[in-house]
Amino acid sequence: MASPRIALERVRKVYGRHVALDDVSVDVRPGEFLTLLGPSGSGKTTLLMAIAGFVRPEAGLIRIGEADVTRLPVNKRDIGIVFQNYALFPHMSVLGNVEYPLLLRRLPRAEARERARAALARTQLEGYEARDIAALSGGQRQRVALARAVVFEPRVLLMDEPLSALDKNLREQMQFEIRKLQQDLAITTIYVTHDQREALTMSDRIAVMNGGRIEQLDAPQPVYQRPRTRFVANFMGESNIMPAALVEPLGSAPPLDGTLVIRAENFALERDAAGGDGIAIKGRVAAYAFRGETWHLRLKVEGERELLLSIPSGKSLDQAGITIGQQLTAYAAARHIHRLDGGPEP
Amino acid sequence: MTAMTATVNAAGLRRDAATERRFFLSLALPSLVIVGIGAILPLFWILQQSLATARGDITLVNYTALLTNGLTWRSLLVTLELSGGTLLCCLVLGIPLAFLLASTSPRTASRLMVLVLLPLWTSILVRTYGWLVILRRDGLINDLLVGSGLVSEPVPLVYNFTGTLIGMVHYMLPIFVLPTYAAMRDIDGNVIRAAASMGASLWHCFRTVILPLAFGGIASGSVIVFVYTLGFFITPAILGGGRISPIAIRIDRTLSTLQDWGGAAAFGVFLLLIVAVLGVTALGAARLIRSKPAAD
Repeated sequence: MASPRIALERVRKVYGRHVALDDVSVDVRPGEFLTLLGPSGSGKTTLLMAIAGFVRPEAGLIRIGEADVTRLPVNKRDIGIVFQNYALFPHMSVLGNVEYPLLLRRLPRAEARERARAALARTQLEGYEARDIAALSGGQRQRVALARAVVFEPRVLLMDEPLSALDKNLREQMQFEIRKLQQDLAITTIYVTHDQREALTMSDRIAVMNGGRIEQLDAPQPVYQRPRTRFVANFMGESNIMPAALVEPLGSAPPLDGTLVIRAENFALERDAAGGDGIAIKGRVAAYAFRGETWHLRLKVEGERELLLSIPSGKSLDQAGITIGQQLTAYAAARHIHRLDGGPEP
Repeated sequence: MTAMTATVNAAGLRRDAATERRFFLSLALPSLVIVGIGAILPLFWILQQSLATARGDITLVNYTALLTNGLTWRSLLVTLELSGGTLLCCLVLGIPLAFLLASTSPRTASRLMVLVLLPLWTSILVRTYGWLVILRRDGLINDLLVGSGLVSEPVPLVYNFTGTLIGMVHYMLPIFVLPTYAAMRDIDGNVIRAAASMGASLWHCFRTVILPLAFGGIASGSVIVFVYTLGFFITPAILGGGRISPIAIRIDRTLSTLQDWGGAAAFGVFLLLIVAVLGVTALGAARLIRSKPAAD
């Protein structure tokens, strides 16, 4: 059975005076990996918990496939959930945890054991069946939680910041493992994170949330390269948002107006290195830092405005060096300049 | 160089650690003195009383008299019935109550907690006489029952086993709820949510997740209730109306009516032994249940 779509229609949740979900509508396609990305308090977890059935919205419709599940209790929704802190049963073994949903469905013990073992093999946990949960590392617990969430073949999968407790290397490895498992199962998945890199790495589409609304819903590349709102531009990595009047068009570049977004890594310190005609901005170095693969520069430009620059290391800057107060010109190519639609000037 | 760094300042640091240890042990000193003078010494005195004759010889006559008296065994049975009954009622009433407290918001829980603790802050005499007013023949409950025509004759609710049990449960319920609530509150809410998401009904989740995880709290609450009630005196004395004679009442009677200090002391030692045996059994049973593989 193919994994169904999830459709939300004007879902609203209010806590006192705080609007946690402001009439959110979104359509998750069958088999899609959709990430809800946003800072804490943006409503992403509330939205996930509403879909799971742990949060009762004030209004709205939640559909899984064709069925309206808005008023269906959690245990009837047939959803696999991976929680932030794993939420494993500490009084059961690894196998006991993964068998739990199967025995609950009154599967014969032998078959339950068989399927639980298969799910554990999928998450690289063969040989860990008899272990105590307390004896597992964070990554192993995460894998048990994952196996437990998919072993009963739920219709959809929800994950609430499942990797936030892991260290960086393991997190990156798990991102690929989770993504692969999700694609193998072709299961419709909604994933919550505040880590934009994680969202970019894993998702088919990203819904950037802010203040209980979805600000932009797009594939990773457009979200990153063509942010639709000031919030998205600010949230996705290091961006510079500035009025067009501040920059000086160069060569064949067309004149600019409105509000511009230029990513920190799209600047260069030589006109040739920018990769085409575009704009130039003059400024003085206010601060700098070496970050390994890049140099990080803060350039003070006209009107007390600061420009963030991320210049690849191992090139000319390493030799020339930087001093505070040094006068520099930053260049960016026209194709790296994105115009924000509407919105007032900062 | 490395050999030296290993021992630099080691003696001084060791001394500091020892001083610190001594300080923390000294914190226990006042309570050790009080327990020693107030509980351990009298125990030896009672033991001596139970074994000594008027002339000062060692004898077992008090114990043989005690163990051959049918009243002793009858009072032991009543005691066990009362303690068991109280425990049963505490389990039935207290577990859902603790679950409710643990699952509401901390604000509501702390308010409800005041209601739970209120009986603990009231004198046991006041509470027990309060029950007398409610439960007696012309009391509140019988007025209601007779007045509404549900029964034609007042139901005997007090001066018997029922009344004693009601008073004891009322006294012990908060004491049972506290450790049970603490254990349930410590269960990660996401674990319960996880069970629900996999399809578990509340009852199934309660049975397979909440109860096993709260087992420690429930077990310690149960042991406290059972052991504590074995020596109950005031409640059966007032609400039993002389018809209910658990061990504590019999000890009192041996002393006040018969002036038999040796017999009362022997009875006291007898009760102490029963508590010890039951306590050790309960601990052993708890350990056995906990070490059982939980996967099944």
